[in-house]
Amino acid sequence: MSQTGAAPILEAADVRKVYRTGTQEVEALRGISLAITPGEMVMVMGPSGNGKTTMLNCLSGLDDIDGGTVHVDGDDIHEMSDAARTTHRAERMGFIFQSFNLIPVFSAAENTELPLLVTGVKPKEARDRARAMLDRVGLGNRFDHRPTELSGGEQQRVAIARALVSHPAIVWADEPTGNLDSQTAEAVLALLHEVHDEGQTLVIVTHDRGIGATGTRLVEVRDGRITYDGSPHAADLGAR
Amino acid sequence: MFIALRDLRFARGRFALMGAVVALVALLMVLLTGLATGLADDNVSAIADLPATHLAFSAESGVKFNQSTVTADQWQALRSVPGVADAAPVGNSLFNGHVYADHAQADKARTEVLANGKATSADTAGAPAVDLALFGVEPGSFVAPVQTAGERLAAGSDGVVVSDDLARKKGVKVGDVLVLDRVGLELPVVGITRKANFGHVPVVFAPLQVWQKATFGSTRAVATFVAVRADDAFVPATADQAQRLTTVTRTAAFDGSPGYKEETGTLVMIEGFLYVIAGMLVAAFFTVWTIQRTAEIGLLKALGARTGYVVRDAIGQAAIVLVGATALGLGLGLGLGAAMPGNAPFALKPVPVLGAGALLVVMGLLGSAVSIRRIAKIDPLIALTGGNAGAR
Repeated sequence: MSQTGAAPILEAADVRKVYRTGTQEVEALRGISLAITPGEMVMVMGPSGNGKTTMLNCLSGLDDIDGGTVHVDGDDIHEMSDAARTTHRAERMGFIFQSFNLIPVFSAAENTELPLLVTGVKPKEARDRARAMLDRVGLGNRFDHRPTELSGGEQQRVAIARALVSHPAIVWADEPTGNLDSQTAEAVLALLHEVHDEGQTLVIVTHDRGIGATGTRLVEVRDGRITYDGSPHAADLGAR
Repeated sequence: MFIALRDLRFARGRFALMGAVVALVALLMVLLTGLATGLADDNVSAIADLPATHLAFSAESGVKFNQSTVTADQWQALRSVPGVADAAPVGNSLFNGHVYADHAQADKARTEVLANGKATSADTAGAPAVDLALFGVEPGSFVAPVQTAGERLAAGSDGVVVSDDLARKKGVKVGDVLVLDRVGLELPVVGITRKANFGHVPVVFAPLQVWQKATFGSTRAVATFVAVRADDAFVPATADQAQRLTTVTRTAAFDGSPGYKEETGTLVMIEGFLYVIAGMLVAAFFTVWTIQRTAEIGLLKALGARTGYVVRDAIGQAAIVLVGATALGLGLGLGLGAAMPGNAPFALKPVPVLGAGALLVVMGLLGSAVSIRRIAKIDPLIALTGGNAGAR
């Protein structure tokens, strides 16, 4: 369901995902349908183990699906070959992880330029863009610092810079503040709002009701289904 | 190579250790290759350097230098076989002897040998003892040695041309006299030829009749084998059938030298094991390395790196370690080889050494390919499902 009336970037229809362990089957997604339009900041909430992260993985193309379709800019990403989907992911998706997932042997600039280098951007251009993006997230003086020389908040800012550096259509963030203290989490959330205000589309999985309330749209996932999709202000977050 | 180079810098201790192992294997490979080449030279260089395409042995003995006897009828018949440009008899026997600069002392020693079976120690004082392979050839034939000093072999003379090895190691020079033990033949040294060895001893070329006299005590018209110079029209099987011969190519005849097959077989087996061990070492190292990098590789894939990109990076990394370490090992090996004592059976030739180095790199890359399968299987999801690229 589009919330703004603009043409959606992503359209998921009846997406199903089943995990199989031996003879056991767990239906993680039971028919997810969702459309995301440019400029949205979609907060995905729900109890643990109910399919939020699985939905993120399947809609972003990180994981395969067992039924349904996911179109990004009109292309069905699950009909693509692995290689094509990887390239598509590199060009159109950005990811922010709870545990930052920075490569420890790389400096902040090297970590940030990584998505550009793996897709063939020339090193000089990649470095210039990485530096500009680190400037943008407030780490202009930390280019050459390795992750171990940065605070948790700074590491997540590097991760945000890395997610944004290729100008993706959608940035997916899985519990981006989950490993941060409340003050740092607030600063990181403020940064995410800033980039959203600049027009970036974001999908953020979070447990935090306070964060969930700050998006332009709230999607609640329970038992592999979307049980709420609408304004975060209309939702009774306290009861969810 | 962006990631590979940074990993090399970051984990330089681990890569240096792996590189040191590969360098040591390369060093050992150079030494083995040198030893194999040296032993082969020491064993069959006189045969390898014969300007012949084929060697014909008697059918009864097969390809055995120490058992074959061919007759004058056989080598003369071979000359008229289609495709044969020339055929020349070669006699071959191992002897011991002493080399004398003083001709009177040589005469005395010879007399003693003929009278009592051996020379006294007083007779041989100051005369170096030599082990030698006496090669009997017809002077002027295409297998006659080309002298680098002195004169060539002459028909009707007892004069011999000796391998340069004898000159260098025993100080033999033109004008000296060689007296064969037991036989008591006195052979004046008239020339020196380039290094020629057979059965790990230097070769002394003598006129065929001198060889016959030394071997049989009389000039029977026989030789050990026939050296054949032939073109593609030559069909050895036809000649073999007609003349009761066993004809093989010159290189195939090496196996007929006593111990050659066993020596080369042993060294080839050791080299083979080394290549396999090197491949397995590299495979083990890069497999463990890949396991350690699982989270990082998953992250790279999640960020959009294709499997091919990550694989190319990993192969590039392995290639840098292997080529660098192999070059270091080869360099050390060449240095050590140059310092080898002159009498050691050791010879370094560019092709076998470079071939060994290239094969080592190839085996290492094949070993590293084991880890590539693992790289291909790493799921980008690992970046989300608790994969912490920092955990190394």
